[in-house]
Amino acid sequence: MSEKEEPLLEVKDLETFIPTSKGEIKPVNGVSFSINKGEIVALVGESGSGKSVSSLSIMGLNASAIQYSKDSSIAFKGKDLLKLKEKEMRKIRGNEVAMIFQDPMFSLNPVHPIGRQIAESIVLHKKVKYKEALVTALDLLNKVGIPDAKRRLNDYPHQLSGGMRQRVMIAMALACDPQLIIADEPTTALDVTIQAQILNLLRKLQQESGIAILLITHDLGVVAETADRVLVMYCGKIVEEGTVEDIFENPLHPYTRGLLASVPALYGPSKEKLDTIPGVVPNPLELPKGCNFVTRCSYATEKCSQNAPTLLEHPAGNMVACWNALEEEGGIGHYETAASSIT
Amino acid sequence: MFLKYLARRLLYVIPMLFITTLIVFSFILLIPGDPVLALLGENATPEKIAQVRRDLGLDQPIITQYFDWLKNALQGDLGRSIFTGQYVHDAVFGRLAVTFQLVFVAMIISVVGGMFFAITSIYFPNSWMDYVARFFGTMGSAIPNFWLAMLLVLFFSLKLGWVPATGFTSINDNPIDFFKGILLPAISLGAVGTAQITRHLRSSLMEVMSADYVRTAYSKGVKRWRAIFNHGLQNAMLPVVTTIGILFGNLLGATVVIETVFAIPGMGQLAVNSILQRDFTMLQGVVLVMIVMVIIINFITDIMYAILDPRIEY
Repeated sequence: MSEKEEPLLEVKDLETFIPTSKGEIKPVNGVSFSINKGEIVALVGESGSGKSVSSLSIMGLNASAIQYSKDSSIAFKGKDLLKLKEKEMRKIRGNEVAMIFQDPMFSLNPVHPIGRQIAESIVLHKKVKYKEALVTALDLLNKVGIPDAKRRLNDYPHQLSGGMRQRVMIAMALACDPQLIIADEPTTALDVTIQAQILNLLRKLQQESGIAILLITHDLGVVAETADRVLVMYCGKIVEEGTVEDIFENPLHPYTRGLLASVPALYGPSKEKLDTIPGVVPNPLELPKGCNFVTRCSYATEKCSQNAPTLLEHPAGNMVACWNALEEEGGIGHYETAASSIT
Repeated sequence: MFLKYLARRLLYVIPMLFITTLIVFSFILLIPGDPVLALLGENATPEKIAQVRRDLGLDQPIITQYFDWLKNALQGDLGRSIFTGQYVHDAVFGRLAVTFQLVFVAMIISVVGGMFFAITSIYFPNSWMDYVARFFGTMGSAIPNFWLAMLLVLFFSLKLGWVPATGFTSINDNPIDFFKGILLPAISLGAVGTAQITRHLRSSLMEVMSADYVRTAYSKGVKRWRAIFNHGLQNAMLPVVTTIGILFGNLLGATVVIETVFAIPGMGQLAVNSILQRDFTMLQGVVLVMIVMVIIINFITDIMYAILDPRIEY
């Protein structure tokens, strides 16, 4: 981790809550992480773990029902995005921070040609004429590898394949040369073969132009192929953080181990049954008193159900929020995991 | 491609015209009251009645009558009024212009009013504007048009004297008088349309504004009004186009009431008079022209779809 340079994005104590009639729900509950320039950081977790809310918080695009706690801060190049006025925030959206969404079928406007959709953000932020913006849009389509781009400029989203649509989304995100792209499950809706192409494209763009990418996904295969650093989220908290090698080779948190174990192995002896994490994600209204994972963890002790662990550095290099991993140094790390078979 | 689509749509129109006219023709003959008796009076001799019946072709089976009528209608001959002897063609087309002006203004009021209320309601959710819009959305449909017409006349014509209570001036003759005269009838006629479009477009917009592509638009940094007008409206209008198409037919039918209340010499009034007099040739002409107009509007609606939604296959 290169800590010397000031990070591009620094999320600190991000806490969101939704008041409901039955009590408060905290989709994100005290999350801190940072992204450096040109880095690809993966945010991994199940549905409902708070990863999408975290990413939409950065864009300031969460539903109005979601509120932020006072101590939350999201510093982008030193500016706290949560304190910006809507007008200032609009200047950042699509310009300095852009977003790629999950399903390009629904994320592109069905009644506008793709050229127009790409040109829109250029016209908004770069103060150029629409015609000039279209020329840039054409360059972008070429850059993201859309064949016969000139003809495609006037095509509508439904005339493109899923992979092509996601390339258009990427071109749209790149339109104003942002420093950070948030990719929310960019490959989930795509065929496996297309997934690899899109990931390679993201990787290539990151290497060429030094854009930082926050990759939100639940697919560990995507993480292994693309990311530099990994954040694992569970119930609104980060439970483990480390480089992609550390996480895959030496996962410390039982949840991370569980995630890795539930990926089918391609090589080696095949398992009779795929490992799953027992139990279900707890009801956000009735979270356990101690560690959120306590109800599903086979190593849970009395301490786990009483006190919530905080994210601390483990001698192995990872940051982890687990009493067992932190206290019995080397203890939990030693047991045999099925996870070792997939890397 | 587009021309082929047009041609195919036009082909659908032919059987539609055929079936609807057959139905309407039969129903008109089923209207109680004998036109011959109405024409000759109670004291007519049976011989006289039989003769007139023969002259008018009423002794023939309905199917024969229909095809005779259709054959002539296709040649542009809708027959003559059995009362005044006036050519149906002349009477109907003279009044069509009047009704068309009325319905056109009412449609503008419906569409512009509906869009205005729906958009303000979406832009200022839960504000007083939103409540006003929702109020109109319900009231416009709930108030009968003739009652609204009478209230408007009572207030704006009789009390304030701003506009005439009855009568009609063609836009060609005097545009200012035209607008003064058309205002109350068009509002009475269009109120229900404004309400329908407000409600339909509002719910459609509400759905569209939470769509993923609108979120994408926001992520590009667009303002709210731009997200609504540029990304939301065109998508939200797609289902509303159907409402507008259907509305046209409804308003055309409602002219029967409104033209009677405001004494406007249009198709609706002609239809009412023809029914009262059992002037079935005239009524057939009126209904035929109304049907053709509705079919043309449906045809235009289909084309509007193809223009608004690029996903529609030609």
